[in-house]
Amino acid sequence: MDAHAHAAHHELEIPYNVHPRPDTGLYNAKFGIWLFLASEVMLFGALFSTYILLRSSAPTWPRGWTFLNVPLATVNTFVLIASSVTVIMAWSYLRLGDLKKGRIFIALTLLCALGFLVIKGFEYTHEFQEGRSPATNNFMAIYFTLTGLHGLHVIGGMVVFAYFLFFGHKMWATERERYTNRIEVVGLYWHFVDLVWIFLFPSLYLM
Amino acid sequence: MDPIKEKDVIDPLTHAHDGAAMVDPNIHHGHTPEEIRKEMKVYLAVFVGLGALTGLTVYACYGLRMPPHKAIAIALAIAATKGFLVAGFFMHLLSERKVIYGVLILTAFFFAVLLWGPWHHNYDMFGR
Repeated sequence: MDAHAHAAHHELEIPYNVHPRPDTGLYNAKFGIWLFLASEVMLFGALFSTYILLRSSAPTWPRGWTFLNVPLATVNTFVLIASSVTVIMAWSYLRLGDLKKGRIFIALTLLCALGFLVIKGFEYTHEFQEGRSPATNNFMAIYFTLTGLHGLHVIGGMVVFAYFLFFGHKMWATERERYTNRIEVVGLYWHFVDLVWIFLFPSLYLM
Repeated sequence: MDPIKEKDVIDPLTHAHDGAAMVDPNIHHGHTPEEIRKEMKVYLAVFVGLGALTGLTVYACYGLRMPPHKAIAIALAIAATKGFLVAGFFMHLLSERKVIYGVLILTAFFFAVLLWGPWHHNYDMFGR
């Protein structure tokens, strides 16, 4: 690379997407995802707040376990927890310099996410077949809103995992650290999706 | 496959190979292959713990058919424990940078306001 080309390449380089910024101590993508997750806390927080308000102000409130499918939701909880482990194992293997195992665990994460959505699809189908929809009552309205929004987040994560599994891994050849960081960032997002479900499951199904 | 060598390991702090750059003592991520493998065992242990707690929640709230107030208290306590495990170990919040703690403290404050606002408001005003 001649001096001119090298200078041009230097100008195009986005700062702190691999190395940490001196002031935050983090690379920008990691700080960015945490800010995004903070906004997500407020989004789901508003809906949880709505749920508490509706429930506490209602004279009677249906108990989810009397008609929702708790065994299927329990399986889904295990599936999502397993996916959190697989994504962090993927990141760990990438840190060890093992792309092959890293990609295997990304693929497992993607499969878990798909499994979660398929199970959720069975649940939704059953609810509609039984004549329960968001219009049925406040409980079903908040159930479909919360689980639907959570499902959209799962789909969003799947798109990103699929990209890193099938296309994004090419970056490994030239920018290994950056690719590893990307998996860490999407992993943080995914753990948040898992965290939301950890609270949704008992709130909607078991109380 | 060739065995993993020290030089192949990515330092998550400095993102430099061979640990050449400065290390922050506040962060406890592993740097060597042995340390990373040790962390991986911790992740698997946390996974087992999360699975057990999920089973416990279902047994306590669904199996025992408790009255609502007891079920709510138990379910939320177990969910909070599981949340701590995920945030602390998988998201590494037990050993993160101060700036992230700052962001999360601010978020927790606004989240509390969000929950307190409707709770505090006299929502039973309709028809009065």
